[in-house]
Amino acid sequence: MSAKLFVMPIAPTPPTFRTSPPPLLQHTPHGLHCAAGDFYVDPWRPVDRAVITHAHSDHARPGHAAYLATPDALGVLKARLGAKATIDTLAYGETVTMGEVTVSLHPAGHVLGSAQVRIEHRGEVWVVSGDYKLDPDPTCAAFAPVRCHTFVTESTFGLPIYRWRTPELMFGEINRWWAENAAASRASVVYAYAFGKAQRILASIDAAIGPIICHGAVEVLNRAYRDAGVPLPATSLVTDLPKNFDFGRALVIAPPSAAGSPWMKRFGEHADAFASGWMAVRGARKQRGVDRGFVISDHADWPGLLTAIAESGASRVLVTHGSVPVMVRYLRDTGLEADALETEFSGEGEGEGRAEVLVETAAEAESAAEIESTAETESTAS
Amino acid sequence: MKDFAALFDALDQSTATGDKVAALTAYFREADPADAAWAVYFLTGNRPKQAVPSKRLHQIAAEVAGLPDWLFADCYDQVGDLAETIALILPPAKSRASISLSVWVTERLLPLRQLDEAAQRAALTAYWSELAGTERFLFNKLITGGFRVGVSTLLVVRALANVSGVDAKVISHRLAGDWQPTAQNFSALVGEASSTFDVSQPYPFFLAHALSDAPYTLGNVHDWQAEWKWDGIRGQLIKRQEQLFLWSRGEELVSAQFPEIIAAAARLPDGVLDGEILAMREGSVMPFTALQKRLGRKNPGKKIQADTPVAFVAYDLLEVAGEDWRQRPLHERRTKLHEVVYSIVLGADERHVIQLSDIVRAPSWATLALARDQSRKNGTEGLMLKRRDSAYGVGRTATGKGLGNDWWKWKVDPFTIDCVLMYAQRGHGKRANLYTDYTFGIWKSNKDGQFGSEMPENARQLVTFAKAYSGLTDEEIREVDVFIRKNTLEKFGPVRTVKAGMVFELAFEGIQRSNRHKSGFAVRFPRITRIRYDKKIEDADSVELIAAMMVP
Ligand SMILES: [Zn+2]
Ligand SMILES: [Zn+2]
Repeated sequence: MSAKLFVMPIAPTPPTFRTSPPPLLQHTPHGLHCAAGDFYVDPWRPVDRAVITHAHSDHARPGHAAYLATPDALGVLKARLGAKATIDTLAYGETVTMGEVTVSLHPAGHVLGSAQVRIEHRGEVWVVSGDYKLDPDPTCAAFAPVRCHTFVTESTFGLPIYRWRTPELMFGEINRWWAENAAASRASVVYAYAFGKAQRILASIDAAIGPIICHGAVEVLNRAYRDAGVPLPATSLVTDLPKNFDFGRALVIAPPSAAGSPWMKRFGEHADAFASGWMAVRGARKQRGVDRGFVISDHADWPGLLTAIAESGASRVLVTHGSVPVMVRYLRDTGLEADALETEFSGEGEGEGRAEVLVETAAEAESAAEIESTAETESTAS
Repeated sequence: MKDFAALFDALDQSTATGDKVAALTAYFREADPADAAWAVYFLTGNRPKQAVPSKRLHQIAAEVAGLPDWLFADCYDQVGDLAETIALILPPAKSRASISLSVWVTERLLPLRQLDEAAQRAALTAYWSELAGTERFLFNKLITGGFRVGVSTLLVVRALANVSGVDAKVISHRLAGDWQPTAQNFSALVGEASSTFDVSQPYPFFLAHALSDAPYTLGNVHDWQAEWKWDGIRGQLIKRQEQLFLWSRGEELVSAQFPEIIAAAARLPDGVLDGEILAMREGSVMPFTALQKRLGRKNPGKKIQADTPVAFVAYDLLEVAGEDWRQRPLHERRTKLHEVVYSIVLGADERHVIQLSDIVRAPSWATLALARDQSRKNGTEGLMLKRRDSAYGVGRTATGKGLGNDWWKWKVDPFTIDCVLMYAQRGHGKRANLYTDYTFGIWKSNKDGQFGSEMPENARQLVTFAKAYSGLTDEEIREVDVFIRKNTLEKFGPVRTVKAGMVFELAFEGIQRSNRHKSGFAVRFPRITRIRYDKKIEDADSVELIAAMMVP
């Protein structure tokens, strides 16, 4: 191929924006700062007041003096930050005044309790999307477009190669695979991020096929979901099962960090799969070294990102997370004012696949370690 | 097409041979002969020629998808495969056609080549709108001529045998040569056994194990027969009822590629010989690449036969006048082999075509080891050790008296050299996101002022020497990948020029002069043995060392 394969370099974001009134949100060493309201959105260093879009570890970090999030996010946030954290809640659509601005939270459709943050200051409206998806998901409130002047969007899957199929097709594929394995008496192991992805799978599959076993790191989040009123099928921990339990018909849901760990040994010879949007690309699927790759993501695909941007009505878009230069250039070509907004939500530009996996597994490995140590004490006690 | 796509997915998703054969068997059981014929054709490694030039294909696809060129290029960069990129960026299929594989190929794919650009554009736009998922990917793969699937001809043959009840070797024999994918040919392929079967059938090859312990652990040296281990193509030469067959170890009939061996073998008595096909000129073995060229060429002309003469070096005798000799001890088979090979009188220009493998005699293991050290000089890879009273087993299983393994290969250690990473390219398929293919360089000095007179005479430059992509663990590949991304000097398409800074130890089997690389050498089977974190780039080896390694 003789075509040019470079990603167009984007000029670094200037420290202050060109427009004359100071921008509502600014990149600072601590995070995205709203000076007019004196708070931060998803800050990455400890601050006094943090508005949290959702409880994924790269967005909700420990150490802030006070948090504001949706009531649905509270359970998971507490599990992640500890009972001592000061967390205020704000229901979807309700407003609160902070300094000179009005803040409200709106469904982002990403995971339980995920929100877009709407900030209004003297008639100017900014919306920070956090992470979002447009596809229906029975475990969280559906994404609601919010009109604004400036839209801060993620772009994890910001390339036209990422295009999700309907949930019916995707989960139908998992059901068929599970049923085939069950017929052959071999356990089906699905690696999925413990928070969000795992519960979406649980709520979407056909639980009649066989028993469902969850890794401790997943089960603790299942509890948070059930406590928040999200119906999930019955799940068991391996420690709940009799010693000679036959895993032949079982579906096992485990975080990616469990792959190759001693915990997996008990399932014997099994089929395995990885559920992630990255699995859309064959090379990434092969690199994972699992039998199957299910293309299931909690992020918007390319058409989803473009739809959300269009529906926001924003004339200016700031892009964080993932394929930033591509999205910025594409939006500029369509006549929008677009810029990259530097954040610490994502790893390096290239190899986002690994960046996402690392970020999420690092967080999950921590909670998995906690769970596993409790699971061990449980089993030695019994 | 749908069924073929499902078969492709099954083959692509499984690594277990059993699953693959089961999927193939299920497919062939249901498939219409016309479709099955094309499936056999593609699965056994045949590919149609590229129907639309890559550049045009990419332009049409970007246009249909409504993407600017730069964005298409970014997508391609992420995916690493043109056919897959196109399959992913196109809008969802509008309607799903249930058109069979053979119709897709004969009425759509093959005519595509003859169309002009505008007609190709119209045809592709229409075809793409009818295909989704794997079907679209496969269609694109067939257009680009890059269709590949993780299945060997052997497995396809095995599945066809399952479906038809016809012996696998018969099917393999029928598939040999210029097999054309028609419904009629497919029916003949899996039809009733014919009489050609008995006379052409080779025996399963007996294979040696690699010797990793010291040779004296094998016991008395006099119980063993040592021969050179050739680096050619293992073959079985069969003469039965005036018919001749030359099979390669892949159970592929290669008679048409080596007519001079067949011609010489006509003088043999009825029997089956096991041996090595080698490219050999005036008594010395030519590099394997020469032989490979011959292997890819059916019915070679006089010039090719003269440029790359071949020989069959016989080392075992499996059948004599219709009688199976495999259970007789090796020394008995060898005596008879000697008699057979020397009984035939070859013409002056055929004298060397059928030869007897030399026995390397030594009074002790130590002496034998000295002989083995000479292996490189005569173009061999080491020694074969065969127990003198051993039977001819099946595969890696000895059928002798249970004294353990009877055949061993005692290879010489590979050459190794330290070299510097210079270029890196993304892997394709399995590792499309990582830089996995490396080009390495070694030092060359400015002795003859070859770098230009402005450079001092003692100046050194790194020149490319070899490409290698295997030998590292996944973890190491990731480390190297990080290094590459941090030390990229230039990006050119999928290739990055990397700042010299990482030293690798490379192992390889043979050296040849070649202008493929700037160093002026090419090596065989280069692979990475380790990353030399302990070495600086200045410590890497030089062109002079390679020259010294070469056999004079
Ligand atoms: Zn998230
Ligand atoms: Zn995120």
